[in-house]
Amino acid sequence: MSRNAKINTLLLLVVAALAVLPLVLGLGDHKEEPFTGADGEAEAAITEIAPDYEPWFSPLYEPPSGEIESALFSLQAALGAGVLAYYFGLRRGRRQGEARAGAAKEPLVTTGDE
Amino acid sequence: MHIAEGYLPPVHAAAWGVASAPFVVHGVRALTREVKANPESTLLLGASGAFTFVLSALKIPSVTGSCSHPTGTGLGAILFRPPVMAVLGTITLLFQALLLAHGGLTTLGANVFSMAIVGPWTGFGTYWLLRRSNVPLMVSVFFGAFVADISTYCVTSVQLALAFPDPGSGVLGALAKFGGIFAVTQLPLAVSEGLLTVLVMRLLTQSSKGDLTRLGVLLPSRKKNENAEASA
Repeated sequence: MSRNAKINTLLLLVVAALAVLPLVLGLGDHKEEPFTGADGEAEAAITEIAPDYEPWFSPLYEPPSGEIESALFSLQAALGAGVLAYYFGLRRGRRQGEARAGAAKEPLVTTGDE
Repeated sequence: MHIAEGYLPPVHAAAWGVASAPFVVHGVRALTREVKANPESTLLLGASGAFTFVLSALKIPSVTGSCSHPTGTGLGAILFRPPVMAVLGTITLLFQALLLAHGGLTTLGANVFSMAIVGPWTGFGTYWLLRRSNVPLMVSVFFGAFVADISTYCVTSVQLALAFPDPGSGVLGALAKFGGIFAVTQLPLAVSEGLLTVLVMRLLTQSSKGDLTRLGVLLPSRKKNENAEASA
């Protein structure tokens, strides 16, 4: 593995470790429902501070179940990842094409000189 | 980080909408200008938007025992300047508000202000200051993305504290409460976001030297200059 690839892999490993460690160390154990969304907790805090507050507008569309919601979140991530992969693939292909074109040109020039 | 639909009183919701609108309008202009002047930017703009899409869809567990997600706005702010991110961030927030019931239309103004305006500006400012002080590129990128992420959640906490001051301890008491929920949860996630942004920037320096040089992220190398002179 090249030095570059090693550094990139290391970066990914640290990100993965940061995500997994809270689960492994059981940092959610003090909660009734561990690892819920922070925005849900904020809603709970609002109701605690202002018990009378009623949300005055509700979402136009709400995913009918947690599964559908996860599916839509995955779709969002997949769309983004797809575009990113397209970008880097295209760049790589172009670079290789240019390198090949450059390599193909050079022998032509030298044979012309001979 | 998004404030849920209906969870800001109408006056607050309207005020944040009014505060955000000029930034988004200005951003749309900056974006069209960039695309017209440099059509080859379109691809990288798409990639920056895509990065925000991926990162803000990832709910990651954190030290507080709850989950939250990064924002992904630092990368685009560093590459294309903050105004462009006001647009790309708003698109992401609209997608989540309309399809995922995450965030909302009434709270869109407030969420745009934190994630698509303050985040990119503070992130870019941090990156710019560090670069000006000759800090290495990747270190500056890390802290730029880190600050963009964490500042977004700090603003969200302030927005909620202003709307829901604690009856006993007031706005500051509420700020401590919301900050504890959002900002502390966000610390490790902001580190992750910084590292992921560095990763993408590293890949870009390998694949898109030309774009990064034109955008001023990389200094033009000597060889590039000679080529440019030769072709001119």
